[in-house]
Amino acid sequence: MSEIPILEVKNLHAKVADEDTEILRGVDLTLAKGEIHAIMGPNGSGKSTLAKIVAGHPAYEPTEGQVRYLGQDVLELDPDERARLGIFLAFQYPVEIPGVSIANFMRTAMQAHLDEGEELDLFDFQDQLLERMELLDMDPSFAERHVNDGFSGGEKKRNEILQMAVLRPKLAVMDETDSGLDIDALQVVANGVKKLHAEDPEMTVLIITHYQRLLNYIQPDHVHVMVGGRIVRSGGPELAEELETEGYEQFRAPA
Amino acid sequence: MPQNEVVEGLGLDQYKYHFITEDEPVFRSGRGLNEKVVREISAQKDEPQWMLDFRLKALKIYNAKPMPTWGGDLSNLEAVLDQIYFYVRPQEKMERSWDDVPANIKDTFEKLGIPEAEQKILAGVGAQYESEMVYHSLKEEWDAKGVIFDSIEDGLKNHPELFREHFGTVIPSADNKFAAMNSAVWSGGSFVYIPKGVELDTPLQAYFRVNQEQMGQFERTLIIADEGAKAHYIEGCTAPVYSTESFHSGVIEIIVKAGAHFRYTTIQNWSNNMYNLVTQRALVHEHATMEWLDGNLGSKLTMKYPSCFLVGEGAHGSVLSIAYSGDGQHQDTGGKVVHAAPNTSSQIISKSISKGTGRSTYRGLCKVYEGSVNSRSNVECDALLIHPTSRTDTYPYIEIEEKQANVGHEATVSKVGDEQLFYLMSRGMSEEEAMAMIVRGFIEPIAKLLPLEYAVELNRLIELEMEGSVG
Ligand SMILES: Nc1ncnc2c1ncn2[C@@H]1O[C@H](COP(=O)(O)OP(=O)(O)O)[C@@H](O)[C@H]1O
Ligand SMILES: [Mg+2]
Repeated sequence: MSEIPILEVKNLHAKVADEDTEILRGVDLTLAKGEIHAIMGPNGSGKSTLAKIVAGHPAYEPTEGQVRYLGQDVLELDPDERARLGIFLAFQYPVEIPGVSIANFMRTAMQAHLDEGEELDLFDFQDQLLERMELLDMDPSFAERHVNDGFSGGEKKRNEILQMAVLRPKLAVMDETDSGLDIDALQVVANGVKKLHAEDPEMTVLIITHYQRLLNYIQPDHVHVMVGGRIVRSGGPELAEELETEGYEQFRAPA
Repeated sequence: MPQNEVVEGLGLDQYKYHFITEDEPVFRSGRGLNEKVVREISAQKDEPQWMLDFRLKALKIYNAKPMPTWGGDLSNLEAVLDQIYFYVRPQEKMERSWDDVPANIKDTFEKLGIPEAEQKILAGVGAQYESEMVYHSLKEEWDAKGVIFDSIEDGLKNHPELFREHFGTVIPSADNKFAAMNSAVWSGGSFVYIPKGVELDTPLQAYFRVNQEQMGQFERTLIIADEGAKAHYIEGCTAPVYSTESFHSGVIEIIVKAGAHFRYTTIQNWSNNMYNLVTQRALVHEHATMEWLDGNLGSKLTMKYPSCFLVGEGAHGSVLSIAYSGDGQHQDTGGKVVHAAPNTSSQIISKSISKGTGRSTYRGLCKVYEGSVNSRSNVECDALLIHPTSRTDTYPYIEIEEKQANVGHEATVSKVGDEQLFYLMSRGMSEEEAMAMIVRGFIEPIAKLLPLEYAVELNRLIELEMEGSVG
């Protein structure tokens, strides 16, 4: 496997801009194209921070180390530039955009992904959106609702997966997409992700979760444990099961 | 570079209505406001004596009233008014066909898309240039049904009784200093009468253009919607950008008779050197409905509070407004609802956006007189701040004399959040696109009430304004 990894995080240290406390304290992580990885870890260990830094959230400041996407250092890029390169983040806490319909939002996002001068064909877009909603078992009327406004937890998460399905990223980071979902919704989401991965086996997925639930449906190639801002252990799918029975206590030894 | 410099640099170019038409007015008064100017205006219009008397009396009231000390900054206004031409007549007479309008003026309105909109979506169009209506036309079909849509001057000439019965009854000259000023020097505006039971299915539109530098425009509009009638009137306004200040002060009086339904929409997009001080009021009778839809995007300072006086049982009034204040702009807007009969209802929904050093003020009054039992009113004002330098204030006045009334008030202030921007940008949108989307979403509840063409235009204007908002 001499191919360039899709994501390579090296010795990444980061803190909240304007604050001193380090949140990430030397993260190393490599994802090859097409792989499915899972990061597990207790609350507050820095999982979302890592996800947001990969996507380019301006509130976090990397102080040391690198994030390479297909070989390119992306830390200096704005979030929209990273998105257009194929990085997608399914948010742990999706944000409400009152007054903006999902259809309108998706149309603008898709247009933004096109090259300069290229115009999105509106009929084409309609067809694609409907087809993607069907894939995820969603009612077409959902597209008329305002983005995340008054959505239940499950609807918000499904909306994230819909966006992922429409935008077809190369690298999808799913931050706790399973939390707040009942078992039916969890299955729909998991099946959706599996279908997307089957459609495009080169799509790489990084699943962040602190339960094993979702991993019962989507089998990861690699599992990493994050504690205190570091990856403390990596292994295969069996690691997730081990964590489920034994918890994170074993990793809590002072660093 | 400080962000406001960037914004300002872009602001002027973005105002897409900046173009100056070369022309020679037929008549122009001297600068400043005095009795001579008032008499000249009246003479130019060949008015009956009662109207000249009305004007002269209003001038006395104007002179006697002090400048308001509330609202926006008017400290420089006296000096500005001394330099203003109060009356500029652009052509000999008003025309009924665009072909008869002088080429340069016709050109101006073509650039603004008026004749095109007239063809496509309007029941009638009036166009004012400087101080006079230069064009007025109503589709045959409505003319045949007895609808009157004319310049205010022709209203006075051709329908003297109907005119005199209503003129100045909704907004007396003494209402406020600028109503008095308008009453003294009014020129242009529309006279509208919708007969009993007639329902217009497309809007009437009046468009106001100020072209000259240091001009004052004082349109006066009188609208009577007779029992059971229904109509929608749209007003638009623009001017070129000059380094000196211009002035606009309109008075709009509307009588909505029993069971009638009237909507008055304004899309105000004056250039940023314009003082815009307008009085708009409707008398709403039994079971009638009045809706003000007020969009203020332009001007240096706007002070404007569309009002509904609910005088008949079961009357309903609403004021829905959007205000946008960019750098150096102040929109002091809101609404007034006065409940003076039982079972009346009203709502005021105000949405303001302030960008750069822009300032938006919500100023509103809800008054319920004793005896207006079972009246309901709901006031909601939301402000969105784009930059840390942007400002908003809220002055909701509530006066309730009736115990059996239900009045609610809600106000929110939000900032364009980093989380919202990051969310949209993580989907590939640029920061400007993201900002424009948030703003469009914010005004959506009101924009959706506009005819499609106007909603699209409004969104486009907002997008233009958001360009360069990223520092
Ligand atoms: N914007 C922020 N401001 C201050 N502290 C933060 C911020 N974001 C994260 N943190 C802190 O960083 C640590 C890791 O948070 P997070 O990455 O959300 O963890 P996880 O996703 O693993 O639960 C926590 O202690 C949290 O309080
Ligand atoms: Mg988290």
